[in-house]
This record gives sequence, C-alpha cells and structure tokens, in this order.
Amino acid sequence: MSLQQFMNEAISPWMKQDGPDSDIVLSSRIRLARNFSSIPFPTISSEDNLEKVLNFFNGEFRNESFRDYKNFEIVKMNDLQPIEKRVLVEKHLISPHLTNNSVHSASLISQNEQVSIMINEEDHIRIQLYFPGFQLDRALEQASQLDDWLEEKIDYAFDEKRGYLTACPTNVGTGMRASVMMHLPALAMTQQINRMTPAINQLGLVVRGIYGEGSEAVGSIFQISNQITLGKSEEDIVEDLHSVVKQLIDQERRARQALMHRSGIQLEDRIFRSYGVLKYGRIIESKEAAKCLSDLRLGIDLGFIDHVPKTILNELMVLTQPGFLQQYAKETLSPSERDIRRASLIRERLQLENKE
Amino acid sequence: MECQRCHNRPATVHLTQLMNGEKTEVHVCEKCAKEKGYMHDHEESFTLNDLLTGLFNYEPKQSFNGQQMDAQQQKEQLKCPTCGLTFQEFARAGKFGCAKCYETFDERLNPILRRVHSENTRHDGKIPRREGGNLHLRRQMDQYKSELVRLIEQEEFEEAAKIRDEIRSLDDQLQQREEGES
Ligand SMILES: [Zn+2]
Ligand SMILES: [Zn+2]
Repeated sequence: MSLQQFMNEAISPWMKQDGPDSDIVLSSRIRLARNFSSIPFPTISSEDNLEKVLNFFNGEFRNESFRDYKNFEIVKMNDLQPIEKRVLVEKHLISPHLTNNSVHSASLISQNEQVSIMINEEDHIRIQLYFPGFQLDRALEQASQLDDWLEEKIDYAFDEKRGYLTACPTNVGTGMRASVMMHLPALAMTQQINRMTPAINQLGLVVRGIYGEGSEAVGSIFQISNQITLGKSEEDIVEDLHSVVKQLIDQERRARQALMHRSGIQLEDRIFRSYGVLKYGRIIESKEAAKCLSDLRLGIDLGFIDHVPKTILNELMVLTQPGFLQQYAKETLSPSERDIRRASLIRERLQLENKE
Repeated sequence: MECQRCHNRPATVHLTQLMNGEKTEVHVCEKCAKEKGYMHDHEESFTLNDLLTGLFNYEPKQSFNGQQMDAQQQKEQLKCPTCGLTFQEFARAGKFGCAKCYETFDERLNPILRRVHSENTRHDGKIPRREGGNLHLRRQMDQYKSELVRLIEQEEFEEAAKIRDEIRSLDDQLQQREEGES
C-alpha cells in the first residue's frame, strides 16, 4: 500500500478539516460518562451484566444514524488484535482503559470517526466527540443531543443531588470532561506556560503536556481540560474553559510575534534545522520527531515554509506512533527499528508534498 | 495507565499533589507509592480516604481509643445493599460499585467530593428528560421564585403578577405529576 493510501485510511476524516483558530487549537473534545441505573458499574460488574450492556447497544444502536453521524459501527475489543487496539488508541477513538477490559467491551464509532461511544469502559457509556480547531460550544451542543438520543432508550443512573452517577467520584455530576488540544510552541519556548499553569488550576482547569511523561510537554502540545464536574453546569464549565483557551491563543500569538521580532533569525534557524532533520534524518526517536514536527508546524504558521500542509503535525503525530508504524510495516518492530521506520515514513510523507 | 515511576506495573494509586500552590497528578503502582511514602506500610492497602486525609489534613489522625474505634468499625460495616461494596472497599479502590452506592455512602461523601471538586458537592448541570423526574419543574419554580422576589423589590408589580401566575400553573403541574406517580 502506498503511503497516500495508508494515510487516507489512518487519519480520521474530521482531522483533515480546518476549524476556527486551527493555527493553535488542534482539536476540541467533549466526553460524557453515563451509566445504566439498574446495572452495577463495569468496575465490579459480572460478565453477564457486561454482556447485557453490550447486547443492548448491539441491538438498539448498531447501524443507527444520528444526525450527520451515519452508521455507527460496533467494534468489539475481543475481536481485535493487540496492534489494532493500539492503532485505535493512537487515533483517540478508544481509551487505553477500554483495551484493558476486553471482555464485552466495545466502541460504537461513527463513519467519519468524529463520535465514538465506548461501552463498558470505567463507566457503561462514554460518549466522545471531536471537532477540529476551537469548537467547544458546538461539540457540547452535539454531545448533549447525542446524549438525549441515547437517553430515550436508556434509564440513566441519575440523582438529583449528585447528578449523573459514575464509577469514579472525580466524574460525578455532569460526567463531562471537556478538553482542548493546543499547540503552544512560543509559550513553551519562553517558559511562559509554566508560569500560567497555577492561575489556570485555580479555575478548576488542568493543563497537561501530552506525549510527555509527567508535565513535560513534548512537541509543545498541551491539553487543557476541566477537573471539576460538580456544582457547575456544562455550559459554565465550557465557558470557563473557553475563556482560558481564548487567552492562551492571544498569549501564544503575542509570544510568536515577540519571538519573531526579537530573535527572528534564531527562530528561523531552529525551524529549518528541524525541517532538515525531518527531511533527511535516518533515525528519529519519537521525542525528537515531536519536537521537530512542532517546529515545522510553527514554521508553516509563521510563513517560513509554504508548501507543506498545516495538518502535517496532527497527521504525523498519529502516524509515527508505535501502533501505526507497525501496522504500516506489517510487522512487529523493536524500538530501534521503529526509529528507522519513523524517519523513513516522515521523509516519504514530505516527499509526497514536493511532487505536487 | 502504567506506573509513572517504574513503568512496569499498572498505576493503581492516583493522587493530586499540591506543592507551592501548583497541582501535579501522580499515577503510580502500589509498590512505588509505598516506596515514595505516599502509602503507609503498616496498612494493608491505601485508601482514597486516607489519601485525602493525608494530603489535605481533612481529618486529624485517629488514635486508637475506644470511642473512635467504634466510629471506625461503623464506617467499615457500611455496605451497599445492591452491589455489596463496603465503604472500606470503596475507599481503597476509589471507585463505586453501582448507582445505589452513592445513597449508601451519602453521609461520608461530602468531604471527598469537596476535595475533588473545589468545595462543590451538588450537581448543578444537565437533567435527563426521563430520569430527571420533576426536577426540571422544580428548578424552574426556584428560578421563578427568586425572580418574583427581585421584581417585588424593584416594585415592578405588573411583571411580578405575571410571574406569580406562572408559579401557580407550575405548581398545578407539579401536583398533578406527583399525584400521578403515587
Ligand atoms: Zn511502579
Ligand atoms: Zn453499590
């Protein structure tokens, strides 16, 4: 299979679309945790009960369509090879947790892969919805409608005082986790993001560096999400998150301008060195790939590089992870083999652009 | 999720540390948690409750005199009638077993929820259409009532009269529904 073909299948259709503020916000996500009222949570459920939940979805919702999300397809964890599970995790269509409890767990995935409904994860139901760019409000609106649609057929575990009841006390109430994935290279380079984190935490929001261990962000990608799910409405939570993200976008743009102004040539040098590594490197570890791809993406945003698409960061962040590398190679690879494959896949991808 | 420290075992202890006003999340296995001093060795396992107690000094450490032992024993006997989960098991794993657990452990939940949700213990968000029962109507009623107070204070009596009528009709609806249920 050619890389072009592989990519077409590997990248979720929604990821290729452009969204508002997509120079900085990669994606917006809403996740809702829900449970059946009369069945114990998956944390302690018997296999019979888990099967009941899965059968319900298999019967009621398979091949149903909801608005633009046509034909939900049910993907059962037990039917998947380990590497296929890994690929779905790398595409963010399922959580690592779901792959751990394989018995009677599954995901209903919409055709455009924008929606997935995980079944028998930590809770019976986890509705997850992605939008490209900064579209939290729209994501919330549609997630809520999807929730209503499920509620027509499901008796949810709900309590007036505590709201939607979930297996973990950290999710009870709205059951909602709203998050925004941001590319913040200038704030990361100038260490400003670390100084802003405590203030963001005070609002009940968390900043996480992703692809990194602990709080270290590799590739300058940060996830901002709500931590509190009780005492605030979904709209208020999203509004708080919205205003913080808006400020981060402004700060990032300002920091980029300042960097350009103060140390334009150093920045340009860094960007082109990274581009060189991606274009000509023969061994690239995942950390280095993330850093260089972040630089390349910044170079595109700042206009230094104009023949590479903006989606390259999103795309290659997904494609160069272990699951995808191995799926593309069609064999199991050792970490050092992966670093070689990663380098050649990136080279191949960039060459694809040069032909055009 | 794998343990952040040894990358060997699954992370079963999840905690939020407050250091210099900054929150960090820690996900480690039980063994690493013990080694790093997040867990007390004399206990068989670490509980969510202990974790909160330890990190936030919510409850003074209990000494083993008679009275407190009784309270301790009572706490241990608290058991969900539907799924059989005891409070101790809940506290150890940090996970509920079923919807009924929330009712069973209700009195002990507020301190935990307060810590996790910045002092909040009550839901203020979406209400499901069917399971929500009359909550929609009652919330609307509360809104009307505070609106009425405001209007009267501002001497906007015409508007106030309209709201009063709304409240009456809502009240009728509520009564009808409640009669229908019983
Ligand atoms: Zn460990
Ligand atoms: Zn229970």
